[in-house]
Amino acid sequence: MIYMDYAATTPVDKRVLEVMLPYFKDTFGNPSSVHRYGQKAEAAVDSARETVAHVLNCQPEEIIFTSCGSESDNLALRGAAFAMRKRKNAQWLITSHGEHPAVSKTAQQLQDFHGFKVEWLRLDEHGMVTPEAVELAIYGETALVSVMYANNEIGTVNPVKEIADVCRIKGVPFHTDAVQAAAYLPVDVQSLGVDMLSLGAHKFYGPKGVGALYVRKGTDLLPSQTGGGQELGLRAGTQNVPYIVGFAEALRLTAEERDQRAERVRPLRDRIIGSVLEGIPDSRLTGDPIDRLPQHASFVFKDVDGNLLLTLLDAAGFACSSGSACKTGNPEPSDVMNALGFSREWGLGSLRITLGVSSTPTDIDALVKVLPSLVEKARVIRK
Amino acid sequence: MAMSGGVDSSVAAILLKQQGYDVAGMMLRLWSEPGKEDSNRCCTPDAMSVARRVAARLDIPFYVIDAKDIFRQKVVGYFLEGYAIGETPNPCLICNRQIRWEFLLNHALSLDADFLATGHYARTIADQDGRIQLLRAVDPAKDQSYILHVLTQEKLARALFPVGDYQKADIRRIAAEFNLPAATRHDSQDLCFLAGEDYREFLKRNSPEILVPGNITNKAGQVLGRHSGLANYTIGQRKGLGISSPVPLYVVSKEKASNNLLVGGSEELGALELLAVSVNWPGGNPLKTPFKAHVKCRYTDRGSLAEVHPQDDGEKVLIVFDEAQRDITPGQAAVFYNGDVVLGGGVIQSTR
Repeated sequence: MIYMDYAATTPVDKRVLEVMLPYFKDTFGNPSSVHRYGQKAEAAVDSARETVAHVLNCQPEEIIFTSCGSESDNLALRGAAFAMRKRKNAQWLITSHGEHPAVSKTAQQLQDFHGFKVEWLRLDEHGMVTPEAVELAIYGETALVSVMYANNEIGTVNPVKEIADVCRIKGVPFHTDAVQAAAYLPVDVQSLGVDMLSLGAHKFYGPKGVGALYVRKGTDLLPSQTGGGQELGLRAGTQNVPYIVGFAEALRLTAEERDQRAERVRPLRDRIIGSVLEGIPDSRLTGDPIDRLPQHASFVFKDVDGNLLLTLLDAAGFACSSGSACKTGNPEPSDVMNALGFSREWGLGSLRITLGVSSTPTDIDALVKVLPSLVEKARVIRK
Repeated sequence: MAMSGGVDSSVAAILLKQQGYDVAGMMLRLWSEPGKEDSNRCCTPDAMSVARRVAARLDIPFYVIDAKDIFRQKVVGYFLEGYAIGETPNPCLICNRQIRWEFLLNHALSLDADFLATGHYARTIADQDGRIQLLRAVDPAKDQSYILHVLTQEKLARALFPVGDYQKADIRRIAAEFNLPAATRHDSQDLCFLAGEDYREFLKRNSPEILVPGNITNKAGQVLGRHSGLANYTIGQRKGLGISSPVPLYVVSKEKASNNLLVGGSEELGALELLAVSVNWPGGNPLKTPFKAHVKCRYTDRGSLAEVHPQDDGEKVLIVFDEAQRDITPGQAAVFYNGDVVLGGGVIQSTR
């Protein structure tokens, strides 16, 4: 099997696993405890927080550890929405249908059940949110603008810095979901100018089940999980010490090796895109051709059931994914495909190939060799 | 391996692995009425999750194939059309012919599979001419060769029925040995897309125009009452006719042309002959001359002796029973056996 679904998740880096292990059994204390077991655990969490703060170019007390990227998104949206309503009677949330469901479904629920109004931003043809669109959308009292850094399905990188500029001038807090971006793009929150930024460790060779939210000092936020006051009172619950340690180490290594990793996968990715667009009729690249994640290739094929294509690929030894990823045989075009305006005959046939540390030129050779015939098979069988 | 989450297909996968096959599990996502997806007997989310866990346990890949549109079109369409023409259709025949052994088989072949295995209780054997014969299962109580008579030589050459050589008790024992997770579903013969409901409710919702009320009459032409639509009745039915009579009355036949439901006493039930059409000869050699056979007219029928008279080069058969048969129902299949061998079968068109 060849794994080409690194945007879904990544294996834990050996070096990361190494630093995590002592915190399961030997240094197992509760960071909130007074005794020495607790002190050691607290020190581990604090030093992880410092490491993360260093990579993000912020203060340690601006980092909130969570259980995953989705939780970070939820805390940002719910927290800002409720706090901003209390403070200035803010009604509006601004986001797009291109967002990860952790953002778009949360915004939808805040509208349906909590009385907020959502302004859905339009995407351009490449799935990008432009600063102009954001500027036009801000009117009335806005609790939060949330626009992802890079799109998980189609790889498009948004002009986050420019959007942040617009938000700052308008005096509206700005959150970005950087879960997909962090593996390959710089996450310096000062140069990005964001107020909140979500991360999830398992996208950059850390463990699943741990994430973080950067919250700029002075940003109003209501805790979405209440309890014992951990994580500066914003996220209650005993800290998952080994995973937090793993998160920090994975992020540190990623920041250190980011450029090399990107340089390695970009040409491989470009070979895939070139060969698909040249070799497969009725195929299109989805997302931005230039401003896209370096490991990310995504396509739509006309008259193909994307789910069936994944099945054929798996049987042929390649693990990829699609925008309409669905293991229950109930395919529907994804929100992103719909937002990009693809008809059903195109939107159902999406394929995402994402590379990572173990991808080799030989893997790419093997893939581009079989892919045209598998797409053809998927077309024939549906006729 | 077509997996359902049930014991039979799960154990079949185990047996294939033990026999050295390189196995991949597949499951069809079939059509359900909107909102009733959780009750479709063949592919509830629960069944799917169990099948997925079994596959993971056996370390084989598992794929779900979307067959909703084709199932709705071919199988449910056939079911509704059958009732519309006054028959009692058996959609499982179409499902086996066009969904399992065509649509699913084609998907399996596109994954470079050599065989499609199912958890059916039946057997195949190659005879000295290299033809593959379809045989009854070893366990007569579980035998499913009746429904598989639709298979052709081409399909049988690709078919594996790993549990057909075992007693059901053995299959249960193997499942227990492997501590397999089991789907919580009852072993029912109901149609999967009826979601446990009576088919009449389904017809009412999905094809109300089929249900044209009419007269209930006897052989003499006397009107005894009103019926709610021929499709709501089956041959041999006694209950629910809504007419009072000193002797029990049964549905004898459904007269499509007059929309009359003909009823009569038990002595009027039964027929000596039936005509079956669209006959398939799984062994690939249609017989041309009359022969004696054991004939099953429904899934649960134990079979009766009859003489089978092929017509139109085996396209149709006239079946003459030694003794009159009750409850022969147009739309169901008549399948004829020589011992364990399935010689052929077709759809019952008329009785006499």
